[in-house]
Amino acid sequence: MYKGGKIIASLIIFVGLLTIPFFYNMGKVNAGPEINLDTPAILALAPADQQCVESPEVMKANHMQLLNQWREAAVRDGQSVYINSQGKSFEISLQNTCLNCHSTEAEKASVTGGMSNPAFGSTQFCASCHDYNAVQPLCYTCHIGSKEAAK
Amino acid sequence: MKVLFSLLAVIVLILVAIMGAYTTSLHYTFGIIIPYLALTLFVGGFIYRVVKWGRSPVPFRIPTTIGQQKSLPWIKQNKIENPTSTLGVIVRMALEILFFRSLFRNTKTELSQGPKGPILAYGSAKWLWLGSLFFHWSFLIILIRHLRYFLDPIPFSIQILESIDGILQIGLPAVYLTDAFFLIAVTYLFLRRIFIPQLKYISLAADFFPLFLIMSIASTGVLMRYFYKVDLVAVKQLAIGLATFQPVLPSGIGAMFFVHIFLVSSLFAYFPLSKLMHMGGIFMSPTRNMISNNRMVRHINPWNQEVKYHTYEQYEDEYRDKMKKAGIPVEKE
Ligand code: HEC
Ligand code: HEC
Ligand code: HEC
Repeated sequence: MYKGGKIIASLIIFVGLLTIPFFYNMGKVNAGPEINLDTPAILALAPADQQCVESPEVMKANHMQLLNQWREAAVRDGQSVYINSQGKSFEISLQNTCLNCHSTEAEKASVTGGMSNPAFGSTQFCASCHDYNAVQPLCYTCHIGSKEAAK
Repeated sequence: MKVLFSLLAVIVLILVAIMGAYTTSLHYTFGIIIPYLALTLFVGGFIYRVVKWGRSPVPFRIPTTIGQQKSLPWIKQNKIENPTSTLGVIVRMALEILFFRSLFRNTKTELSQGPKGPILAYGSAKWLWLGSLFFHWSFLIILIRHLRYFLDPIPFSIQILESIDGILQIGLPAVYLTDAFFLIAVTYLFLRRIFIPQLKYISLAADFFPLFLIMSIASTGVLMRYFYKVDLVAVKQLAIGLATFQPVLPSGIGAMFFVHIFLVSSLFAYFPLSKLMHMGGIFMSPTRNMISNNRMVRHINPWNQEVKYHTYEQYEDEYRDKMKKAGIPVEKE
């Protein structure tokens, strides 16, 4: 081969770049995020009622679109009730609905401290998943806990 | 015809993908076996092609230059366009690979009818350069962004890239700038082959097929992100499983993902067979990666035959006696 050394070195670098994901994750457990659904609000419900706003499959993939829909319904159309596909109704509110179920007592306590919305920031429910996929919802720049505290 | 053929080929691929996506029993094949096969073909084929190129001899210096050669001391040399040092070559290659220097010099030729007969005009043509630049850079950024499915925890640099890409904050999830650039650029690259007659004439099915395939990949990606959502946590588990060679197939990913990954696998498998190999080829272009020292250094053709010399002295040694007898003067007695 002409200039064989350089060509082979470049090929090794190329293949090396492709193996980054392998070495980066090597030896780690491919477990995914730990999603904690044992919050007091959920446990307080009857087992048959321990359901999310929509089916878990829909929620996993589409919750951001649902939130977008809620936001539009609340802010633009002035609606306050969402009726889900099973005919159950929910108050349209990030704080009082989603985070009421999906946050622990400790997080609710820190809300009164006027901190930024703990459910986004903590390793709890929303954030556990978002960190895993590097999603950084911008909502919490406005939807901070002090809004709740004032109520 | 060539367009239709390529389009049909891609449509068939999409149909196969849809069939796989909606048949749960095929998910293991489409999500794990086919991606592995495609990756093997890609890496193996890529290395094979590059090594094959590397084995072809490069006898002479054949750099094409657009700058003043190194010459008399008072003539200023263009150190990048006509480099005589390795550093110069590296800069030239970097400009070529990162900013498509050669394409920037693209010109168009036009023959028009003037008042005094036809006029031949040359002008600069930068649209192709601009389109390519947007296309390739968007492609690269999109590729790097996909690392978020392969790395856990996700490095900060990738998160930064993502937030810059989604800086417009339109919609939920936010629209990525590169997605838009990419789709526009690939459409432009396609339309240009349809609407410019000369270009249409020289375009082959092998030019249209990759374009359609890339378009379909981008479209399914966009559909998956904004319209037919999939469970990204499951996708990431599958991706990391693939990367660490411990494949897992989480349930309930969503059909669109399988369509997307099948088309990506097709692209990877097709890559080494196609013109897309210019990704490796550009590094090996002899007109760009050689030092322009044609006249400073003597370059000897590597496969020159060994020439057998028979010098006059040897000749005289051999025939001295006969020469003397015939009265021919000799140099050595
Ligand atoms: C009534 C209490 C309740 C409310 C209100 C609620 N959830 Fe849930 N959520 C649940 C339960 C219970 C589950 C687990 C469902 C299951 O796995 O069957 C769940 C599951 C989820 C999941 C899927 C997690 C996973 O991977 O299993 C997401 C995402 C989610 N919820 C988001 C939201 C969002 C966003 C809102 C507000 C729009 C919301 N939830 C409102 C109780 C609630
Ligand atoms: C610029 C500040 C701002 C940002 C950023 C923001 N919101 Fe809001 N949001 C508001 C305001 C103000 C209201 C109205 C509150 C009210 O009427 O009490 C609201 C209301 C809502 C509501 C309905 C009412 C309620 O109390 O929940 C939803 C749902 C909502 N936002 C979701 C989101 C989501 C999801 C995001 C992130 C993608 C987001 N918002 C980002 C300011 C913001
Ligand atoms: C099952 C894992 C999971 C859980 C639990 C979860 N999310 Fe998400 N969320 C995601 C993923 C993945 C995305 C990114 C989707 C994408 O990029 O297409 C996302 C995106 C979002 C977005 C859009 C942000 C953006 O910039 O794209 C909002 C808003 C959001 N989630 C709100 C919530 C809230 C509020 C909760 C808690 C009640 C929650 N999520 C819980 C996985 C989850």
